[in-house]
Amino acid sequence: MKIRTWLSLSSIALLLSLSSIVKAEWGVNMTEGVTEISQSIYDLHMLIFWICVGIGVVVFGVMFYVMFKHRKSKGAVAAQFDESVTLEWLWTVIPTIILIAMAVPATKTLVEMYDASDAQVDIKITGYQWKWQYDYLGEDVSFFSNLSTSRDAVYNKEEKGENYLLEVDKEVVIPTGQKVRFLITSNDVIHAWWVPEFAVKKDAIPGYVNESWVNVPVGQEGVYRGQCAELCGVDHGFMPIVVRAVSQSDYANWLDEQRAEKEAAALAALGDYSFDELMTTGAEVYAGRCAACHGQNGEGMGSMFPPMVGSDIVLNDVDKHIDILINGVAGSAMQSFAEQLTDVEIAAVITYERNAWGNDTGDIVTPRDIIDARQ
Amino acid sequence: MTTTTAAHDDHDHHGPAKGIMRWVLTTNHKDIGTMYLWFSFIMLLTGGVMALIIRAELFQPGMQLIEPEFFNQMTTMHGLIMVFGAIMPAFVGLANWMVPMMVGAPDMALPRMNNLSFWILPFAFGMLLLTLFSEAGAPNFGWTFYAPLSTTYAPSSVTYFIFGVHLMGISSIMGAINIVATILNMRAPGMTYMKMPLFVWTWFITAYLLIAVMPVLAGVVTMMLMDIHFGTSFFNAAGGGDPVLFQHLFWFFGHPEVYIMILPAFGIVSHIIPTFSRKPLFGYSSMVYATASIAFLSFIVWAHHMFTVGLPLVTELFFMYATMVIAIPTGVKVFNWVSTMFQGSLTFETPMLFAIAFVILFTIGGFSGLMLASAPADFQYHDTYFVVAHFHYVLVPGALFAIIAGVYFWLPKWCGNYYDEFLGKLHFWLSFIGVNITFFPMHFIGLAGMPRRIPDYALQFADFNAVASVGAFIFGFSQLLFLYIVIKTIRSGKQATPEVWEGADGLEWTLPSPAPYHSFSEPPQVK
Repeated sequence: MKIRTWLSLSSIALLLSLSSIVKAEWGVNMTEGVTEISQSIYDLHMLIFWICVGIGVVVFGVMFYVMFKHRKSKGAVAAQFDESVTLEWLWTVIPTIILIAMAVPATKTLVEMYDASDAQVDIKITGYQWKWQYDYLGEDVSFFSNLSTSRDAVYNKEEKGENYLLEVDKEVVIPTGQKVRFLITSNDVIHAWWVPEFAVKKDAIPGYVNESWVNVPVGQEGVYRGQCAELCGVDHGFMPIVVRAVSQSDYANWLDEQRAEKEAAALAALGDYSFDELMTTGAEVYAGRCAACHGQNGEGMGSMFPPMVGSDIVLNDVDKHIDILINGVAGSAMQSFAEQLTDVEIAAVITYERNAWGNDTGDIVTPRDIIDARQ
Repeated sequence: MTTTTAAHDDHDHHGPAKGIMRWVLTTNHKDIGTMYLWFSFIMLLTGGVMALIIRAELFQPGMQLIEPEFFNQMTTMHGLIMVFGAIMPAFVGLANWMVPMMVGAPDMALPRMNNLSFWILPFAFGMLLLTLFSEAGAPNFGWTFYAPLSTTYAPSSVTYFIFGVHLMGISSIMGAINIVATILNMRAPGMTYMKMPLFVWTWFITAYLLIAVMPVLAGVVTMMLMDIHFGTSFFNAAGGGDPVLFQHLFWFFGHPEVYIMILPAFGIVSHIIPTFSRKPLFGYSSMVYATASIAFLSFIVWAHHMFTVGLPLVTELFFMYATMVIAIPTGVKVFNWVSTMFQGSLTFETPMLFAIAFVILFTIGGFSGLMLASAPADFQYHDTYFVVAHFHYVLVPGALFAIIAGVYFWLPKWCGNYYDEFLGKLHFWLSFIGVNITFFPMHFIGLAGMPRRIPDYALQFADFNAVASVGAFIFGFSQLLFLYIVIKTIRSGKQATPEVWEGADGLEWTLPSPAPYHSFSEPPQVK
């Protein structure tokens, strides 16, 4: 009786979840992607899939026939044969032929994937715990790309948007119709840079520079999303990749804008900032970059990530505080933020940490202090 | 010396000692086999609870129940406990029970070492599990523990993990040596190699795999230990080391390891299918050669786990071709099982149901394995739920179903009672349905692009994750029924005959049920 109740409960749960599938969009197969390579990989995938289906139909077909026909309850008497050299040869040779038929197109595709020569754009991608840095080689453009989904959305305190966990504060932009080479490496642990629609997945390994490439056809301008694919620590699930493919002229304009922004930021550091301005900027930077490890209210996390509240460095040693932001802490997860944040942002977040959550030191760290400390 | 040993042995013939010391001091293959099996069942439930915590968190997008840090500890511990604590000891337990009976021996060749190799395990896993309660938390770097995440960036509990892995390795190597020694030296007169039962053959080959690769695992964790505590840089790029070297070493162990977890399963199924088809195993010698070929190939395919690390083109091609070749001997096995059933006289007792499900679902896992072997396509599959679906299909309805099938198959021989057939079949159907609801949708979410080992996911993966979570709870709780059936069978049940099954064939079925404490005191003759 108990078992029956339990069974019916679980089948109701199952039906409920199945009915919600029918309403939702079905994603059950590999993407065909937008490039020639991703298309040939999709074709390979489908080829092997149908071969497997074919073999499955034959093998399982025979099994079900046997299970139905050769039952003892139907009076079947067991034959006593136990060998056939012909059969053994047959089911060795036929699979070999099938495998060769699979290996030939796979080899061809793999050779194409490995040909990263004659690229027109080179982008160095560096994995960090838990963000990506993009460096446009020879273009003087470089930036970090962080998850922009809020922690509140993750913890179900606000509604999840359409691109939940697949959105970033700064997209990596590439031109269509050009061969773009990615040089992929890592600053700390192993990550993997994966955009399914490009069929590009390559591990980012400290000490190695891996190569991969994409050529998005003209007409396929758009936004392509992916995620880190290699377990890289606590926020492995929270370091997405967003690529915007644009026309070549838009790409050139975008590069110019980036350079102009960088100059503007350098000038801004020379300006004067009030305590309130620094606190406002600092709170934003803290929430985006620091809260994941040091806690939303500076409470720290576990034994690996120290708290900000009541910390000796935060309350007393301002030089050490600036030094940690600029140089990181060797042998720990604390990275250098010298390249990731502007002088204004570093000054603001230090000011914020020294005055928030009851750390009322009254200290103000200005962007000029940061410029000095960098030298 | 000989006389004293003989005199000492005489005292033992009264049967097992009483009380707890019987289990602590026992050198009897059946007692030790029983302890291995209970231990692995406890580990199965422990790792299973962790799996259910993972599936509960993944039931919906967003973080609801646990934090990402604890999620990573759960995925890591689930993998380690299931591989090293549940599947491997279960097969050793079955080998302990069955190998001496199948080769016509009184006991294992090295009974004292047998005791030691079991008793190491509770301490190894106790230590590993205790890290969950430490301040730094349990290991959180995945069961594959890739450096430098597991070295420079690891929680301090990694040292306990390394010590635990060393202990498990020592236990496995001793167990394997014991099995090899038993098979080489203690076969009944007339039992030539090509007359050995297939479970003995597959374990014989598995034992050699263990002896070959466990030292590699020990080496790699020792290198980690040196990196963490003694300032070396084996896997630290900043010190001139190589993080990819870790992966080569790990998978040189890791790939044979997956065959360690499946070859004995092949052996079990090769006993059950002929028994319930009432027909001899089709292609015995080709089964033996196929097992040996799979074992050989397992040493030269490791880098197919590393297709995306940036290996040179030629290396990728070699490992792709070598991996595809494994499909041939594996196919031979499946075809042989189907041919064994062909024109048999089939009945469907619980062991047979699990064995047939094994053949079908393991083959599905083999198909996804073949897809993963294709290096270009692997760039899309790698590190997604497609891989999770693949290895759970070969390990759960593969290895685990074979173990459960073996338990039902031999339980009447072990305790002299038949299990409750109705409950056994109920257990089978709940497990069969649960396992497919859990793992089949993972193919879809993997192909749709969900990476593995993430605590939270984008909204398009929500539906199939919910389905998988429901399936996991069905499957998980069904195993409590298994526990109930086993306990019930030990306590009571219809008295089993020596043959137990109508189609039974082999020395183990010539012994009374339950089998005597010292299996064969006189060597039987094999014609």
